Order: sequence, then structure tokens, then C-alpha cells
Amino acid sequence: MEHLNTEMLSRVQFAFTVSFHIIFPSITIGLATLIAIWEGLWLKTHDPRYLQLAKFWIKPFAITFGMGVVGGIVMSYEFGTNFSKFSEIAGPVLGPLLVYEVLTAFFLEAGFLGVMLFGWQRVGPKVHFISTLVVAIGTWISSTWIMAANSWMQTPAGYKIVNGVFHVDSWMDVIFNPSFPYRVTHMLLASFITACLLVAGVSAFYLLKKQHTNFAKKGLSMTMWMLLVLTLVQVVVGDQSGLEVKEHQPAKLAAIEGIWEAKESNVPLLLFAIPNMKTEQNDYQVGIPHLGSLILTHSFDGAVTGLKAFPKEDRPYAPLVFWSFRIMVGLGIGMVLIALAALVLRRKGKLYENKWFLRAVAFFTPMGVVSTIAGWYVAEVGRQPWVVYNLVRTADVVSPLPAQRVLFTLIAFVIIYSLLGLVYLYFMRKLIRKGPPKMATLEKQLIGMNAPGYALAWVKNLKHEDHHQEGEK
Amino acid sequence: MDLPLFYFLVLGFAIFMYVSLDGFDLGIGILYPWFDKPGERDHLMQSISHVWDGNETWMVMGGALLYGVFPAVYGTLLSTLYIPLMLMLFALIFRGVAFEYRFKSDRSRAYWDLSFSAGSAIAAFCQGLVLGTVVQGIPADSSAFSSLHWITPFTLFTGFAVMAGYAMLAACYLFMKSRHDIQAHAANIAKTLLITVLIAMVVVSVWTVLTQPYIYQRWFSGMNFVYLAPLPLLCLVAGVISWKDLHSHRHESRPFWCGILLFLLGLAGLVISIFPYMIPQQLTLWQAVSPKTTLEFVLPGVCIFIPIICLYTLWGYRIFSGKVEDYREGY
Repeated sequence: MEHLNTEMLSRVQFAFTVSFHIIFPSITIGLATLIAIWEGLWLKTHDPRYLQLAKFWIKPFAITFGMGVVGGIVMSYEFGTNFSKFSEIAGPVLGPLLVYEVLTAFFLEAGFLGVMLFGWQRVGPKVHFISTLVVAIGTWISSTWIMAANSWMQTPAGYKIVNGVFHVDSWMDVIFNPSFPYRVTHMLLASFITACLLVAGVSAFYLLKKQHTNFAKKGLSMTMWMLLVLTLVQVVVGDQSGLEVKEHQPAKLAAIEGIWEAKESNVPLLLFAIPNMKTEQNDYQVGIPHLGSLILTHSFDGAVTGLKAFPKEDRPYAPLVFWSFRIMVGLGIGMVLIALAALVLRRKGKLYENKWFLRAVAFFTPMGVVSTIAGWYVAEVGRQPWVVYNLVRTADVVSPLPAQRVLFTLIAFVIIYSLLGLVYLYFMRKLIRKGPPKMATLEKQLIGMNAPGYALAWVKNLKHEDHHQEGEK
Repeated sequence: MDLPLFYFLVLGFAIFMYVSLDGFDLGIGILYPWFDKPGERDHLMQSISHVWDGNETWMVMGGALLYGVFPAVYGTLLSTLYIPLMLMLFALIFRGVAFEYRFKSDRSRAYWDLSFSAGSAIAAFCQGLVLGTVVQGIPADSSAFSSLHWITPFTLFTGFAVMAGYAMLAACYLFMKSRHDIQAHAANIAKTLLITVLIAMVVVSVWTVLTQPYIYQRWFSGMNFVYLAPLPLLCLVAGVISWKDLHSHRHESRPFWCGILLFLLGLAGLVISIFPYMIPQQLTLWQAVSPKTTLEFVLPGVCIFIPIICLYTLWGYRIFSGKVEDYREGY
């Protein structure tokens, strides 16, 4: 029971709630963008297939967005409830970034989401498209601010400490801190990839079942082109991000690579190992000698700092970082292979027929999410025991709450989020089984769209009011 | 103008926007049990499904502003009010997801109705509890974390009062957005709630003045009461106008605006009572405020974006203006 102290419980609760939360934004950032693209293409080409794609995916988008909103509100309060001292000392730096996130992104998304979801018959097609686009842009802006805030905690810059409180010297340095450019690009790409995999996976599922085939072909083909570019760019960005970690957070890098010796010049690329925090070595290690040095330093005998270079109390929990990283990279390689296989099969004209390929794509439906979460574990667990890297320890800033209160809320979160997760999956399954709207239905709606929605609604209002007044007379 | 004071007013504005906007949509959930004829609950939910998300964003805005500009208040308030705030968040989760799932459900609709209604009611109650706790004062020692100081007869009363207030706003909103039976039903409910809210405002005022000497001083020392008299008088005027409109159906939207005015006056009363404290008798706004560099950085954002936000929020409401019956179209 000694681990059930307030610090541990608060950290577990934060980790649990933020892990649950990130599932949904990582889908909606990319999906909003895809829907905006489809809607734009529909306006441009008048090909109703694009409208069908937009209209189908807007429903999973809506429930995913809703989950993101409710989970996000929890996050915005949890800094204060469970890490009150952290809020007090870092609020002057991080708070304003969140204020700007709310002002420039959250309101924008919420304000235009209503029109995007419910305004099909209330505004003209162009205004509707602009609303969708604004929602998508809102999600990008939001990720940019939150990545700036999180990156500042990884690689703090532009601050001075006055009486134990962070004051800002330069806001440019705070926002454009060393890890921010890499991490925001990495995260946005991850979200686009996640959404593409989701769309591709569902399309592949339809093709395997021989349902909605024309709709599914369009979805699969488009997302495979996108994945080809996105995954390859992501490999480069990920590599750059790793080099940045090596420079600014060497302890994290050592945990990622499973390096123990304070200065290791033959770094193997480990395929399997279980880092042992007690004995300070890896158990069951299997690796390719020198390949790690080659990747990290671009030289055969390049030296890299290992975990023993840091005092024991300053080391992150290596096994979790080590394995999360391998899950992320392993899935990433799978995604690259899928995109390349799609290219080959497309050349052969078998993109929509190859069963094994379609099964693999269907299997990868949720893998963008899994990979994103694994990546966040590398970043966040790798930062520990610091909440602001090398400056503030997580253990020192926890709210002095009685442990049983945090235990109570943690249990409640586990129950509520498990329930919600199941409900979310149930409704996603239901929407996917129901399939896209029929072309005939869409054509009927087209007529409604041809009449300017706003005027139409207004005319309807007038008619009703006449009726109402006659009734009174 | 003094920057900390300016931010205090901006925060007040955000709180006002939150309680008015999310007030009426939480209130819709509180009123759910009184609307159970076929189609009525669909109608209620449709009246707010396009705006609830934007309304709730004002709460995130309030939280972020506190975090950035008054971090000491954010840290103290949120950690000492841990349980009521967490319960509020749980409740908001249940009601938030109900918007999406209810319309897509077949067999489980009754659960989503419950989730929406109970979630809204509990969230409103917890907000009232928090309000009451702030007014009565937070213990300055470690008992603020471990005791149940936020459960007292006073805070329970403010909890119910806020529920009644939100429900009143919602009934006036429905009165504005509906026709025929639902409108008439809403008017009847709104009248009952209007009286309840006015009585609750009197009770809370008297209770506070009697138990908090410093608030008594603020209102009754010297000529203060004369200067402050317009507040209770305006409440009375708003109440009377609202009642008449609900009775005669002459002005469909005026009761709603009167309801908003009541909330504004209530908030003004609160600010007058505890100013310059943000946590009464412990932390003034000048003690809690962030360093100057932070205040200057946030300033252009607040000055530029809040007006823009208000404009497009208004545009969103305009698009869905008129009666709920006219926008049955989903997505």
C-alpha cells in the first residue's frame, strides 16, 4: 500500500485521463481536415462521391469530437486540482499559452462546429465549407498552442525564476523553445496519419465485405496517396525529433535506446531487451552492434550518454520508455510498408482486390491512435522525474490532498472512462455498419442546398408566424 | 487602467458569459423531468445541441484565465474544492456525451435522457456549492484539503439556488424558442422558477450579510446602501417585467433577457461583496496576479479576440434564430 500515496495517485490519474483524452483529438485533427478536403473537392468538382464521404465521416467525427471536448475540460482543471503548486509556479508561463489556445482555437472550433454539423440547410454550401475549414484550422491552432506548452515543459527556455515562480523573459523563446518545431510537426503528422488509417481501415473493411464498394474505393485510394507522403515525411521528422532529444534530454534518449554505460561508443540498435532499473543493465538483450551509433551520431563509433551518467533519482523509468518507443516505431514501419504496398498494388491494378493487403489495412484502423499514445508515453514518461525538465520535480508540486480523495476520483475516472470508451466503440461500430448515406438521399439534399439556406429558413419562419397569428384570430 | 483590475473584469465577463450561456443549456437538462410528452425531449435537446459546446468553452476560458493571470487563485481554489469540482466534471462528461449519443441511440435512449438530465442538474448544483463555499470563505489551514468545509447549510442552499436559476433561464429560453404547448408549459414553469429565484436571491443576500461581518460592512456602512440600492431594485424590476411577459405572451424574448439581467445583477452583488478579494479574507486580486510580462502578453489576445469571438458567436446564434421547430435538419 506504500505506493498509494497522493503523489502516485495524482500522477496515475493524470496519466490515465490524458491518455484517454488524446485518443480523440488525435483522430479529429486529421479527420476534420479530411472532411474539409472532401467538401472542398465536392464544391469544386460537383462529384457527389466527395459529398458522400464528407457526410458519412462527419458522424464519427461528431462523436469523437464530443468525447474530446468532455475529456479536455477535465484536463484544463486537473492542473489546478491535482498539481496546485505547479500551477502557482508555472502558471505565468503556461497559463497564457492556454488562454491563447482557448481564444484562438477552442472558441473557433465550437463556434463553427454548430454550423458544420447542423447548418447544412441553414447556410449556403460555400459558407458551410468555410465553417468546416475553420473547424479544421481551429484544431491545428489548438495543437500548436498545446504543443508549445508541453514542449516548454520538455525544453524550458525564455524564463527566469523569481522567488520560486517562473517569470517570462522572452515569449518568443518560450513558444519557440528548442523542441517545439519538431514536436508540433510530429504530432500534426501523427494526427493526419491516424485519421487516414481510420478512413482507410473502414474502407478496406467495406471492400472485404463487398459493401459500398465505390464509396470505399474512393476513400481507400485517397488516403493511401496521402499516407505515402505523410508516413515518409514522418520518418524524417521523427528522426530529427530523436536527434533533438539526444541534445536536450539525454536521459530520455538513454532510456529510449536502453543505454546504461555513462559514455557508450558502440551503441547497438536493440531489438529486444528488458532494462533493469535495479541492476543497471538490460536483461535478455538482442541487438545489432553499432547500428545505434550510426543512426544517432551518423558515425560508426559515435559516443552516446547512458543512464549511469545521471544520478539514480534523476532517471526516467526506462522499461516503459524503451518499450513505448519500440511500439511507436514498429507500428510506424508497418504504416510505411502499407503505404508502399498500396503503391505497388495500385500499379498492378489490384489495390481494391488483394485480400491480404485489405486485411492488413483493416487491422491498422486503430494503429495510428495506438502509435500516438505510445509516442506520448516516450515523451512524458521519458521526461520524469521532472515536470519541467531539470527544474521542477513532479513529486514537489502535487496538491496536498488526502490520498483517499484522489483514490476515489481515480476509481471514478476508470469506471466512467471505461464505460464511455465502450459506448464510443459501440456507436462507431453502429455508424460503420449503417454505412454511408445513399446517393438518392444526397441528391434530395442537394436540392435543399441549391436554395440559399438562410433565406429558406427565413421564409419558413414567416409562413409559420402567419399561421400562428391566424390561429390566434 | 490598472492591469490586474482589468483582468479581474475580464474574468468577471467570462464568468458572466459562462453562467448566462451554459446556464440556460444546463437548465434545459434540469427541466427534462417536466417535459416527457412524445417529442418534447427531442425539442429541448435540439434547442441547444448547436450551441452547448461553445457555451461550455467559456468555462475553459475562465479556467485558463485564472491559470495564467491569477495562478495562486487557480491553484488554491481548484485543489481545496477538489471533490465538488471533480463531481462537476464527471457530471459534465455524462451530459456532454449525451448530446451525440442520444440522437443516434435506439434502445438506450432512456439512459441518455437520465445521463443528460442528472448530469446537468449535478453540474449546476456543484457550481452552486463552489459559489457558496467561496462566499463563506475557505479555511486558511490544511483543513481546507481534508475537511468537508464545502458542505454547510449555506452552500447546499446556494447549490439549489443556482439550479433554480439555471432552470429559470432555460424555461425563458424555451419560451422564446418554442410554439404552442411547449411554449405555454415553459411559461408556467418559468413563472414558478422566477419567484423561487427572487426569493432565493433575498435569502442568500440576508444570510450572507448576517453571517459575514465584512460583507455587512460593505453594504451598510455609511451611505453605501443608498448607492447600492439600484441593484436590488433593478432585480425587482426585471422580475416584474419578466413575470408580465410570461403571463401575457406579448414579448417572447424579453423574459430571457430579464433572466440574464438577474444573473448579471447577482454577479455584480457578489463582486461588490468580496472585492478586492478573490478568495475572501485571504487573497486579493493584486496579491494573486501574475507578473507583468504575463499580463502584457495576454493583453492583445484578450482585446482582439474576445470581441471577435462575441461576433461569430452571435452569428452562430443568428443562423439558428427563430423557433426550434424550424430547424429539424440534422447532419
